[in-house]
Amino acid sequence: MCGIVGLLVKNPALRDQLGALMVPMLVGMTERGPDSAGLAVYTEPVSDHHHKLSLYSGEHAVDWPELLREIAAAFAHAHEISVQGNHAVLVSSADPDLLVAWLGRHAPMIAVLSVGQSIDLYKDVGAPADIAERYRFKALRGSHLVGHTRMATESAVTPAHAHPFTAGRDFCLVHNGSLSNPHLVRKRLEPLGIEFETDNDTEAACRFFEWRLREGDDLKTAVQRGFSELDGFFTFLMGTDRELLIVRDAFACKPAVVAETDDYVAIASEFRSLAHLPQISDAILFEPKPEEIYSWRI
Amino acid sequence: MANLRPVPKTREFDLSRDSLRDLNLFLHKHAVDAGVAQIEVRNPAGAHSIACGLDAHFDVQIHGHVGYYVAGMNKHAAVTVHGNAGPGAAENMMSGRVHIRGFASTAAGASAHGGLLVIDGDASLRCGISLKGADIVVGGSVGSFSAFMAQAGRIVICGDAEDALGDSLYEAVIYVRGKVRSLGADARFESMTDTDRAAVKSLLAQSGLAHDPAEFKRVASAKSLYHWHADANQEY
Repeated sequence: MCGIVGLLVKNPALRDQLGALMVPMLVGMTERGPDSAGLAVYTEPVSDHHHKLSLYSGEHAVDWPELLREIAAAFAHAHEISVQGNHAVLVSSADPDLLVAWLGRHAPMIAVLSVGQSIDLYKDVGAPADIAERYRFKALRGSHLVGHTRMATESAVTPAHAHPFTAGRDFCLVHNGSLSNPHLVRKRLEPLGIEFETDNDTEAACRFFEWRLREGDDLKTAVQRGFSELDGFFTFLMGTDRELLIVRDAFACKPAVVAETDDYVAIASEFRSLAHLPQISDAILFEPKPEEIYSWRI
Repeated sequence: MANLRPVPKTREFDLSRDSLRDLNLFLHKHAVDAGVAQIEVRNPAGAHSIACGLDAHFDVQIHGHVGYYVAGMNKHAAVTVHGNAGPGAAENMMSGRVHIRGFASTAAGASAHGGLLVIDGDASLRCGISLKGADIVVGGSVGSFSAFMAQAGRIVICGDAEDALGDSLYEAVIYVRGKVRSLGADARFESMTDTDRAAVKSLLAQSGLAHDPAEFKRVASAKSLYHWHADANQEY
């Protein structure tokens, strides 16, 4: 069992409240996912030729200002870092692939959680309320987000196994359910040069969809293709810099409810995570139908 | 002449203030002794297991959307949800009446033995799965695998049905007014008799729905799965 939450604000005036609206949604899914939680939030994009990397150091003590000095010495580019305990967002005009490779060599204790121009990613083990507090989710601003509370069934409880999973740039995915053929998917993708970080079933789905996006599919086409490639139970919620998408498997074993108003689209595994939202009594409420793809763009 | 019947006492629970456990404890242990027969529940906010396991003639009115297992195992009580219901509404109901005014999620009325479940809106997948004798009336449409392995009871569907309706049916009977995307294994359309039309008319009347029973088709078991056929090679 796991909990998923998604929120996209259509009314730009609500972007400042994105985190505050979301925290009760995420905490409301604690019973479905008490062991880990995570969140991808899509903000105003950084300027052209810049990227941002969400970095996570876990239990390791990292001297972030020193790290920034080392990066500046290695890359003759502009860099900025904003730190929140064991988490930092690095904005840089350097090539993000080179930066990720450099971090792998020089700071292997740091995990790169996401790369893109809009995405910031947080995930950790612990109760959702504690994680929300730890990273000050309430203060987050942005246009849309994808969140998850995890009750591990398929792989270990570690920050790396927590959701959202990311691949490529500005793409993330969370999953409620379990896949039965992740190893087959992985076997197919690895010869294409696609590297995996964990043995988690959801990572296979994330990397499959991101591979299809790079091959030229739009997200809906990629998901359509996934119906025949991915076997198992799933409610997938995905984000790109412009889009929020939800899809359930043919048996709709895992729950999902959507609430839509003129101001926002809110998605959760259960209505109890939506009950606090403004104007919820006037929202259009529905459950996504099996194998029907629902997406919203900013 | 004075009305000598005692006026049923009403008790209100506001779940934004009162705990769900207090509500269900009151319904199970104290309501009968307190002479309370009418219970109003406000701000349910999607909570699970509201009014589960009742066994007295209460009238429970829930004002808002509820989560999993509302009115599960209900006996005697009438429970009305003025909103939508999460998975497993009225699961294993024994008797009484459960009315969902909005839509119901998966497995509504699963394995219910008796009583009447009315869903004004749509019901999701697996509505009436393993039904054991209750009646279900759905004002809207039902999702795939509805009435899967239903053993006894009746399901009236005023809208359409998705895939595999009535798969592996036993003695339960389905009446469907709209389109059926596909029937499940061993389910078949049968002609409506006067008894069927009278049954549909009665169930619609009890549910406050005004359709013409003549518009409904009967789906029941072909009973070809009742006996094991070694020659069938698992193909049914």
